[in-house]
Amino acid sequence: MKLEIRGLTKRFGSFTANDAIDLTIEPGEIHCLLGENGAGKSTLMNMLYGLLDPSEGEILVDDRPVTFVTPADSIAAGIGMVHQHFMLVPVFTVAENVMLGREQTRGLGVLNRAEAAARVRELSERYGLRVDPDRLVEDLPVGVQQRVEIIKALANDAQVLILDEPTAVLTPQEIDELMQIMRELKAKGTSIIFITHKLREVKAVGDRISVIRRGKVVGTASPDTSEAELAEMMVGRSVKLTVDKDAATTGEVVLDARGVTVVDPRGHQVVKDVSFEARAGEVLGIAGVQGNGQTELIKSLLGLVRPAAGEIWLDGRNISTHGPRESLEDGIGYIPEDRAHDGYVGSFSVRENLVLDLYRSDDFSRGPALNREAIAANARSRIEEFDIRTETADSPVSSLSGGNQQKVVVAREFSRPLKVLIASQPTRGVDVGSIEFIHKRIIEERDRGTAVIIVSTELDEIFGLSDRIAVMYDGRIVGTVTPDIAREDIGLMMAGAHEPAEGGAA
Amino acid sequence: MGRMSVIEAPEATTPQEATVRDRADVARQVRLVVTFGLSTAILVYFALAIEDPQVTYILGERVTQEFRPKDLTTTWVSWLAIATSLVALVLAALDRYPRRGAGLALALLVGVMFYLGFLMWAYTDQAGAFQAAIANPIPGTMRIATPLVLGALAGCLCERAGVINIAIEGQFLAGAFFASVFSSIAFTSLAFIPLALVAPFGLLGGVLAGVGVAAMLGLFALRYQVNQVVLGVVLVAFASGLTSFLLGQIPGDRKATFNNPMILDEIRIPVLADIPLLGQALFEQTILVYLMFASVAFVTFLLFETRWGLRVRSVGEHPKAADTVGIKVNRVRWQAVLLGGVFAGLGGAYYTVGSTGAFDREVSAGTGFIALAAVIMGRWHPIGATFAAVFFGFMWNLQNQLSFVDKLPGELLGAAPYLATIIAVAGFVGRVRPPAADGEPYVKS
Repeated sequence: MKLEIRGLTKRFGSFTANDAIDLTIEPGEIHCLLGENGAGKSTLMNMLYGLLDPSEGEILVDDRPVTFVTPADSIAAGIGMVHQHFMLVPVFTVAENVMLGREQTRGLGVLNRAEAAARVRELSERYGLRVDPDRLVEDLPVGVQQRVEIIKALANDAQVLILDEPTAVLTPQEIDELMQIMRELKAKGTSIIFITHKLREVKAVGDRISVIRRGKVVGTASPDTSEAELAEMMVGRSVKLTVDKDAATTGEVVLDARGVTVVDPRGHQVVKDVSFEARAGEVLGIAGVQGNGQTELIKSLLGLVRPAAGEIWLDGRNISTHGPRESLEDGIGYIPEDRAHDGYVGSFSVRENLVLDLYRSDDFSRGPALNREAIAANARSRIEEFDIRTETADSPVSSLSGGNQQKVVVAREFSRPLKVLIASQPTRGVDVGSIEFIHKRIIEERDRGTAVIIVSTELDEIFGLSDRIAVMYDGRIVGTVTPDIAREDIGLMMAGAHEPAEGGAA
Repeated sequence: MGRMSVIEAPEATTPQEATVRDRADVARQVRLVVTFGLSTAILVYFALAIEDPQVTYILGERVTQEFRPKDLTTTWVSWLAIATSLVALVLAALDRYPRRGAGLALALLVGVMFYLGFLMWAYTDQAGAFQAAIANPIPGTMRIATPLVLGALAGCLCERAGVINIAIEGQFLAGAFFASVFSSIAFTSLAFIPLALVAPFGLLGGVLAGVGVAAMLGLFALRYQVNQVVLGVVLVAFASGLTSFLLGQIPGDRKATFNNPMILDEIRIPVLADIPLLGQALFEQTILVYLMFASVAFVTFLLFETRWGLRVRSVGEHPKAADTVGIKVNRVRWQAVLLGGVFAGLGGAYYTVGSTGAFDREVSAGTGFIALAAVIMGRWHPIGATFAAVFFGFMWNLQNQLSFVDKLPGELLGAAPYLATIIAVAGFVGRVRPPAADGEPYVKS
């Protein structure tokens, strides 16, 4: 099946998310859509999938124009989509999820689960997608859930499969498996639209690459184009893919976690007996696939959850029982992984957000009242220093772009003298320009003698910033290594293998 | 000890996980020990407080030709209850309490024995000349549980589809009122309806009224996305006011025309009705009670074995996922809400044509909210909700029966079922997982 897009445009009010996009997906090709977060990739795909109505332009299937009003129309036309956030019902079995919407029945609307399970088995054999149809989806690892999504699309006879940022949640090994599956599907005649912002993956699996920037297709490239060239097309100027930094001058142990164990509200141990030290003047990276206890570990360091066992020491003081406010006063800075949830108050102004954890200090308050002039002066200097692009200091933070929102959080955390900086996914959903800037500031903070802990699921970020890397898997630190370790080895560790015998153990 | 550690050396390599016991597991043990410790202590008090261990009991609800009082010596019952509770306590204290089915069965057994131990105390040493006999609790339980079950089915259907239904009480009131009106009118004015169908015709009125309130719930919750908790409370107030107003509009001399319904006849099922203790309560009942039994099976089958049920549950759990496979989320929700209205309306009809006849203000007396509690305690499953409703019915009936015994103050007794509801919902159910999208309007982005 040939899918063609002509002059497709989508406007939200005065904002043009997609501007006259032309694309052709040939039968049996893997077509990569490369672009930064917010470039308009998802908007485009949602129009293809009947979730958004185009403002202008047309979609052609095998040279015939079609209109997709609902996802059902797209499915009927042979388009399948694997969403970035899986569209699976967690409490249903694999077979139930696959059958949902076009259920096999024994007549009179009574479900025929046996037939549905047989269909899943058949597809899973034909395409090499191992999965048990009778398992509950919520019990499956993320990589397997993704396979279920793919099977779901194939069960609807999809001939064009859209994969929206499919690798964000996978281990390096699972990514390899996914790419194998993609090649398999291609060999059987399925076209794939592969959406990503990761250059390495595009080069590994793509047949053709279309680069999207600010809602426009800015060019197409072949997979043998260099990463630097692709990055330049994606961002619109030359970018440095590495972080400039000198060797760390490591000082005393600042933060010392001893046997920290965290139990979640459902009674599961999510952090299991984790011990590590963070020293002044070094960056300790915590690598691992999402959901292996990093979030909970960080929360326990900050006092947001009380560890069930173990102790946390800061500068020789036991801070295990400290709550968040005491942690702030102890000199711990925090860049949360979900900034919209934990990092700022969206409806508050930039000015207010810049003093969210400082307003109590004498600099910004007079008794119970806020010192408005001091807060305004602080905002002026931070906005300039951190290059925060905002109309005024009075604009709500929710009106800023992702990168500038993150800069507000970073600017605020760097406004206090820090002993430890904990940054969780500091550049998630941030444009490349802002990534460079935030990385530079983090390294500067390290060189000032702060112990920096970076949690990231992006290996590039971990390698770029860290002086030492601790790898977490299933709630434990499975090993601590130096950044000269091979990518494959750290990938194995992220999947649960222990550190290689001769790996650069620190 | 030194030698031991050599022998056990390989254990040192196993993960430390085992040494940190999950908090939830500890909490469970503490809860069990406290519960059974309390029950044992109270049972011992009951046993020791009995002075004259003689009571009478009857197998029926009241003394008749068929059911004559028999004598019972309470001592052995009391001590058997203590022994059962003690066994459970010891098992819990040693962390050997069985899990899953066996644990539930043991808890149930302790519950029954506690009930018996309590009864022995309550019915012995009665002051005054009249000595009340221990009576069969099942018929009374069924009477109270029937509308609760029907209301809870309505709740299950709505909430599985992701619409919170607090308005069950409103559906009860409307259903009760219109059931009475329909039956009354059928008797006085619609001559073409045969006499045998006059009372069942009332059920039709109840169903229409229940669906009517459901339609308002759907309109405001689905179309206008009003907060569903606030909306439910408002609908209850609305139904209460409307039925009271309409009742007041019926002139005194026209009561027979509008609010004097025929009551459903009891239909005896041969053989089954002769089972001792249970038979009469379960199998010599009105058509409405049999409908209730069938409804539980029907709704369970519908939700878990049919295409429609799968779709209902999907829109209640993850509406966006349902949307992306072409399911019309709000349409399915509408269907579930309206179908729920049928059962809630039937539940309401029980309060007039199913039992006492004429409608009176607030005839359902807040039981719609208890049905809601049954939904939650039954974990949003029709069968679980049914058992929960039966439990609540049992507690209410117990309170009714004990009001003839002067052992406990009446006011305290009156509050007991509500207290039991709170304890049951908070203690036994603990943290349960409602449908993930319960109460969240679905808006396409």
